[in-house]
Amino acid sequence: MTQSNRLPRGGRIDRSRPLTFKFNGQTYQGFAGDSLASALLANGVDVIGRSFKYSRPRGIIAAGAEEPNAVFQLGATEATQTPNVRATQQELFDGLVSQPTSGWPNLNFDFMGLMGTILGRMLPPGFYYKTFMFPQAAWDTYEKYIRKAAGLGRSPREPDVDIYDHLNQHTDVLIVGAGPAGLAAALSAARSGARVILADEQAEMGGSLLDGGYTLDGQPAAEWLKATLDELARYDNVLLLPRSTVNGYHDHNFLTIHERRTDHIGDRAPANHSRQRLHRVRAKWVVLATGAHERPLVYGNNDLPGCMLASAVSTYINRYAVVPGNRLVLMTTNDNAYRTAFDWQDAGREVVAIVDTRQGAAGAWQEEARRRGIKVLTGHAVIEARGRKRVQGAVVSGLSPDGSQALGSDQVLVCDTLATSGGWSPAVHLSCHTGSRPIWDDEVIGFVPGKTVQKQLAAGAVAGRFGLNECLEEGASLGALAATNAGFTAEPAAVPTAECRPETRPMALFCVPHHKRNSRAPKQFVDFQTDVTAAAIELATREGFESIEHVKRYTAMGFGTDQGKLGNINGMAIAAKSLNQTISETGTTIFRPNYTPVTFGAIAGRHCNDLFDPMRYTAMHEWHVKHGAKFEDVGQWKRPWYYPKPGETMQQALNRECLATRDSVGILDASTLGKIDIQGKDAREFLGRVYTNAWAKLPVGKCRYGLMCREDGMVFDDGVTSCLGENHFLMTTTTGGAAGVLEWLELYHQTEWPELEVYMNTVTDHWATMTIAGPNARKLLSELTDDIDLDRDTFKFMDWRQGTVAGVPARVFRISFTGELSYEINVQAHYGLHVWEKLFEHGAKYDLTPYGTETMHILRAEKGFIIAGQDTDGSVHPYDLGMSWAVKEDKPFSFIGKRGMKREDCVRTDRKQLVGLKTLDPGIVLPEGAQAVDDPNQPKPMKMLGHITSSYYSANLERSIAMGLIRNGHNREGDIVYYPLENGRVVEAEICGTIFLDPKGERQNV
Amino acid sequence: MFYIYCPYCGEHREEEEFHAKGQAHLARPKDPDACSDEEWGNFLYFRPNPRGLYHELWVHAIGCRKFFNIARDTQTYEILETYRIGESPKLSQSTDQQQS
Ligand SMILES: [Zn+2]
Repeated sequence: MTQSNRLPRGGRIDRSRPLTFKFNGQTYQGFAGDSLASALLANGVDVIGRSFKYSRPRGIIAAGAEEPNAVFQLGATEATQTPNVRATQQELFDGLVSQPTSGWPNLNFDFMGLMGTILGRMLPPGFYYKTFMFPQAAWDTYEKYIRKAAGLGRSPREPDVDIYDHLNQHTDVLIVGAGPAGLAAALSAARSGARVILADEQAEMGGSLLDGGYTLDGQPAAEWLKATLDELARYDNVLLLPRSTVNGYHDHNFLTIHERRTDHIGDRAPANHSRQRLHRVRAKWVVLATGAHERPLVYGNNDLPGCMLASAVSTYINRYAVVPGNRLVLMTTNDNAYRTAFDWQDAGREVVAIVDTRQGAAGAWQEEARRRGIKVLTGHAVIEARGRKRVQGAVVSGLSPDGSQALGSDQVLVCDTLATSGGWSPAVHLSCHTGSRPIWDDEVIGFVPGKTVQKQLAAGAVAGRFGLNECLEEGASLGALAATNAGFTAEPAAVPTAECRPETRPMALFCVPHHKRNSRAPKQFVDFQTDVTAAAIELATREGFESIEHVKRYTAMGFGTDQGKLGNINGMAIAAKSLNQTISETGTTIFRPNYTPVTFGAIAGRHCNDLFDPMRYTAMHEWHVKHGAKFEDVGQWKRPWYYPKPGETMQQALNRECLATRDSVGILDASTLGKIDIQGKDAREFLGRVYTNAWAKLPVGKCRYGLMCREDGMVFDDGVTSCLGENHFLMTTTTGGAAGVLEWLELYHQTEWPELEVYMNTVTDHWATMTIAGPNARKLLSELTDDIDLDRDTFKFMDWRQGTVAGVPARVFRISFTGELSYEINVQAHYGLHVWEKLFEHGAKYDLTPYGTETMHILRAEKGFIIAGQDTDGSVHPYDLGMSWAVKEDKPFSFIGKRGMKREDCVRTDRKQLVGLKTLDPGIVLPEGAQAVDDPNQPKPMKMLGHITSSYYSANLERSIAMGLIRNGHNREGDIVYYPLENGRVVEAEICGTIFLDPKGERQNV
Repeated sequence: MFYIYCPYCGEHREEEEFHAKGQAHLARPKDPDACSDEEWGNFLYFRPNPRGLYHELWVHAIGCRKFFNIARDTQTYEILETYRIGESPKLSQSTDQQQS
């Protein structure tokens, strides 16, 4: 393939480094310094996709972030697939593989093309709006095709092979954009000594200085650019970030920068290099120097390949030495775009005409055009492009001075490229991210940043100042102001002067009128990505959508991955005209982060796989691993779930663990239970206020179970608290609830009862806790301690003792969550493994069996003990649980939850209450969450009585057991209820008490 | 993401270190048992949702663990002042004050 559109010289490309790349299966060549878009244009590739709704051929329009059509899928391998890459922003590298994402199944002839108008009719304006009101099933059917056709790309089906970084940055001045304004700002700020970050989305800094033939102080702009960048690079207080898009502006001057570190080198990053980096920046002051996007004009068939932005054409010529055609027609509303015609002519190709929409436009630019022999048609407009897969002609008509009507007879200019400029829209996106509304400015003919509470300044084109000298001067002065505001002494840097032709007033024109009504004229596209036309917007306003936000949702304008960077302002202008309003009356628009798509890799950074979330291990973790434990996550903890022996199923392992514990002795690693140390002379009073039961008389050496409720009376945590000293308690909480309980205790202490002298701190990680349970627990423990009297009458159930176990200091609590004789041995965490192993050394003769959380759940359910958060869900109070014994209503202080439990709704007798449930078929284990009904044959939706909260197979009882909530359940013991399951089966169960085993509690009192 | 001044630590820290705890200056009734169901319901569930100045309780959860108050503009998210429990805000003209 030859690069037929490549100029023999010029541009900022390296012709000594040819690069080979693939697009849509074809191999092409470009040069180092090319963007993927410039390389495609150099190779004369016109059609790079097909449109979403009408399947029309589409070409490259722009040269930057605003490109709506050339959005590709990149990746040479499955693992490196990257969707949503704008070819205009992707630097070319050797071996690059790209695919169009639109135009399924192929670019030149496709199913969608066959469907033609059928699909257009299927997807009228308001399609999304109307479809979302359809049943879900209809959307499921459409979505497949829409996603495929809409050019949304796809994610890789294999894990990402690259690594990504996050960096937290603090800076005095963040400057967004390294065009003339940003560079001048950076000079002023940097020289003051302030910490400065200068970020620019392009590979090369310089912005518009890279694109045109500007001279500064009589020298080519490139020289000032180089000197400026050299100076900035010398400062230690300056961080230059090229290839870095400031994608989000968040509250309190927090900004995110997406830096692409190796995307220009290859398909994947070199070994040990991060591919992309997300900078999380807290900036004292921000200077937005984001520039402006040129606005295309809207006219008939304006989506034909060859229709381009004027400035983009100049960029391709000057920066990449690519002329994307042979015969140019330029349509403009302003002087500045004349530059494109001059660039085109200087590149040696033919300018057919400049079509200036202004009546009698005359000045330096028109003079220069005449001098060059270029035909200028003032007071005219291109009302329609002609061609099939490429522009072949432009239909030019007269235009009324106010731009409202096409006048007179048409002429057709033969051309292959139609460049347009409707002026410039300041890139106000970032200033809008924090909720600031941009303001329409009739002088600028665009939106400028509105009032903001952020510490933010806007310099240059983003503020509506488009002249190069204005940009340089404003940049220098606002860079100094930002540094001064951040506490530095700064002066505006001296900036060079550009030689500029004076410009006359531009015209506010957005949509070029056709002789026919817009609804009858050839399609005039406003938003290329979502195929929204001028007629569609007019239809939306006719259907009564007057707010621009509604118009956007109705038509899907601005909903593509380009966020409507090219089309939104034109769309608003068309809506305003259709509503007979000014643009500022029609309203303003909102932009949200991110400015351009960000990879999930950059968002995740290193927070993936093992580093996704912190993991917490107990002191005995390695032992569990070595002994084949399966783990479950409880909060951030890794807890042994069960310990299968080779060849055992999970149920077999659970049966063995359950039987061994009740028959001899089992051991559980209970270290993860939350432990809060509470001290102070008012500690006892404090406990009485936060627990539902009494604490005033608990003596030293004793333990007590307690329930905690919220103010609404609903249970939210439970646990055993032990009295270590008169003013010293150790509270235990559920594993998952530990942090929340401590914060909740602090809340009440700090905000409600600061007069109480009480201190608390978490000690969860300080202690390793191992529970031995079963008839042989005492015998086993007696072999490991000689200073704790284990006699059943001196060391009673619900007592605790301080002493030595396996030679290390220990607290031993005689408490039980299994209903067995049980001791919880607490030792300092670093002794944990030692004590655990000693227990096994001595426990072998008792067949000491480790059990995990699942067996713990079964054993406690056999005893009817609840798990807060499983048998409760925030709507269950202690009486619902049948735990009135744990509520002491006559305490002098109205404890938390007391008043809540007395509300009218809480004292109803027909509340859902916790009961035991036995399936009539003892082999069936009901699924947790199953809903009970009284009559399984009643019509749907059935009247539900409550759900199963806990359900297991009990090897000890040789049958299934369950607990669940049943409306009025406490009064329904013996009744049969029915559980209709998902598979259509109905399971019968009898309501019973919650204690399935040893109802008198004799086993734990031996 | 907010940048919050903790009045106890005496410095600005990232929002990740804090938890928001809802409306500030919401005192638990002194005698809950004397409250009617309606009064208790109002205390439990009803909160103003003003546009503009709002006083909120926050905790420096992954820091000093102290609770403190923030006066925040709910429209712009500006934090206008932070102050300790027991102190009064300088800014108080707001609908949220009328309720409690
Ligand atoms: Zn603090």
